[in-house]
Amino acid sequence: MPDLKAHIRQSTPIPLDAALACAPGEVLALVGPSGSGKSTLLRVIAGLYKPDEGRVSVGDDVWLDTAAGIATPPHRREVGFVFQSYALFPHMTALANVESALDHRPAADRPGRARELLALVHLDGLEARRPAELSGGQQQRVAVARALARDPKVLLLDEPFSAVDRATRKRLYREIAELRRSLDVPVVLVTHDLDEAVMLADRVAVLHRGRILQTGTPEEITTRPASPDVARLVDLRNVFEATVVDREGGGIALDWAGHRLDVSPDERFPVGTRVSWVVPDGFVVLHRRDRPSRGERENPVSGVIDSLLVIGQTAHVTMRIEGSEDLPLHFTVPAHVARRNGVEPGIPATVSLLVEGIHLMPPADNN
Amino acid sequence: MDWTALWLSLRLGVFAVILLLPIGIVVGRLLAYRHFRGKGIVEALVALPLILPPTVFGYYLLVAFGAASPVGRLWEAVFGGSLVFTFEGLLVASVIVNLPFAIQPMQRAFEAIPQDVREAAACSGMSPLRALRRIEIPLAWPGIATAMVLSFAHTLGEFGVVLMVGGAIPGETRTIAIAIYDRVQAFDGQAAAQMSAFLLALSLVTITLTIGLSRRVGRRLG
Repeated sequence: MPDLKAHIRQSTPIPLDAALACAPGEVLALVGPSGSGKSTLLRVIAGLYKPDEGRVSVGDDVWLDTAAGIATPPHRREVGFVFQSYALFPHMTALANVESALDHRPAADRPGRARELLALVHLDGLEARRPAELSGGQQQRVAVARALARDPKVLLLDEPFSAVDRATRKRLYREIAELRRSLDVPVVLVTHDLDEAVMLADRVAVLHRGRILQTGTPEEITTRPASPDVARLVDLRNVFEATVVDREGGGIALDWAGHRLDVSPDERFPVGTRVSWVVPDGFVVLHRRDRPSRGERENPVSGVIDSLLVIGQTAHVTMRIEGSEDLPLHFTVPAHVARRNGVEPGIPATVSLLVEGIHLMPPADNN
Repeated sequence: MDWTALWLSLRLGVFAVILLLPIGIVVGRLLAYRHFRGKGIVEALVALPLILPPTVFGYYLLVAFGAASPVGRLWEAVFGGSLVFTFEGLLVASVIVNLPFAIQPMQRAFEAIPQDVREAAACSGMSPLRALRRIEIPLAWPGIATAMVLSFAHTLGEFGVVLMVGGAIPGETRTIAIAIYDRVQAFDGQAAAQMSAFLLALSLVTITLTIGLSRRVGRRLG
């Protein structure tokens, strides 16, 4: 099975500037806030939307090449598309819905194949039901079976989990994760939910205003964002500015509002440059009051607890840093740790910012 | 009862519906899905027969169909007969007068099909024609049927336009509505009553069918 490749540019009416590639068996998630153009990119791949400039190809099949005047209509592109609201054919049974995407197979094989696909998504026994007689989760599975029926070269999923309840969603995640192991086609998933993307995707592309800001593994995206914008979009809140300075004994350090932070070597930023830096919640370690803990010597920073919010078993803490009242640092600790250490607003505390977690970025654009 | 007039009206109604069905599907679908410049004007033109007095409409058709007009001349050149005071002329007039009754319900029915359902048809590999046959027409069917029923009934009852364009030639252009008027003019109360009762019954059946069908559209897509 061949790779999916697409690059798309357009300035109006929806600004788009994106290049993406997805290998067979790989799940690429397009993540971004609503209006970021992620669904439009999916629609361009399927042929449901034609951009001003672009090229979409799967192996040797070119589906769109605006420069060469090629624009294959959607019914001649071998895509499986799962719509946000499933878009099942309301007048047809579940079986007929799946069969309707089997026109490329001999008529005699269609009912058997449709049954097979419905069994694959655990819907055997419900073949004769119409969409209105199925639950949201069941409808979603019919939609997946119908998308697979076409023997697609690319599977496109547009916010496929947004219309089902939480419990169903978790079950569907597991099923999709299982299903994709048996699929050997590129899968592109559009979602506004970063957790969903991290859970299901091999690579994540972060979109903002029609532009792909960064593509990387879920770990890269969530710990080493390419810019402060990406950091914000992936919900990293500890984004600050600092100046690169010499580190005693070689390497570089950061001067952050008077605090000196050791960081890993990064050749992009010579001494004296202004940088943005980020530290994910998980790399902020609260010092225990009774005994020292792991990494206490690493970048200790003191301050005063500003707020504490306990949600379930997790305490979300913000801390005002000494010497700079306007920089709240966010971190989370298990609720019992917060209790045992007497973490409360107004109480002084010290945290370590682990060197391996500190990531440097070019400073934010001032626009 | 003027059986010739009734038979003529029924024939006229059936032929008009047969001609209006494809026109309604094509134009109704176009108006439902496409955005183009001048769409508002097209929609206004389609609706014009609803508000224009039938005699005014009939007058313009008469002028347009006449041997002096390009349309009349073209018709004569192609079919070798006149459009005025003939069954064919009456049929063309009925089709034009019934455009809003045929197009509007179909347009609404096509509009009611969600965009993603139509897109799903394309993404399932259906060509536009196949999608029309297997997805759009079945889903829009109650609206299409409503349009057909309405245009049929309206053709049967049309008076002003028919009189202007067709006159009242027995067996050629005298419809049942014209026949009723004739009978009243001739003080033949019994015949007028019979035919009026027949049209009343037909209208009741029509409107009941139409309401039932519109309810089905709601249920099917709801």
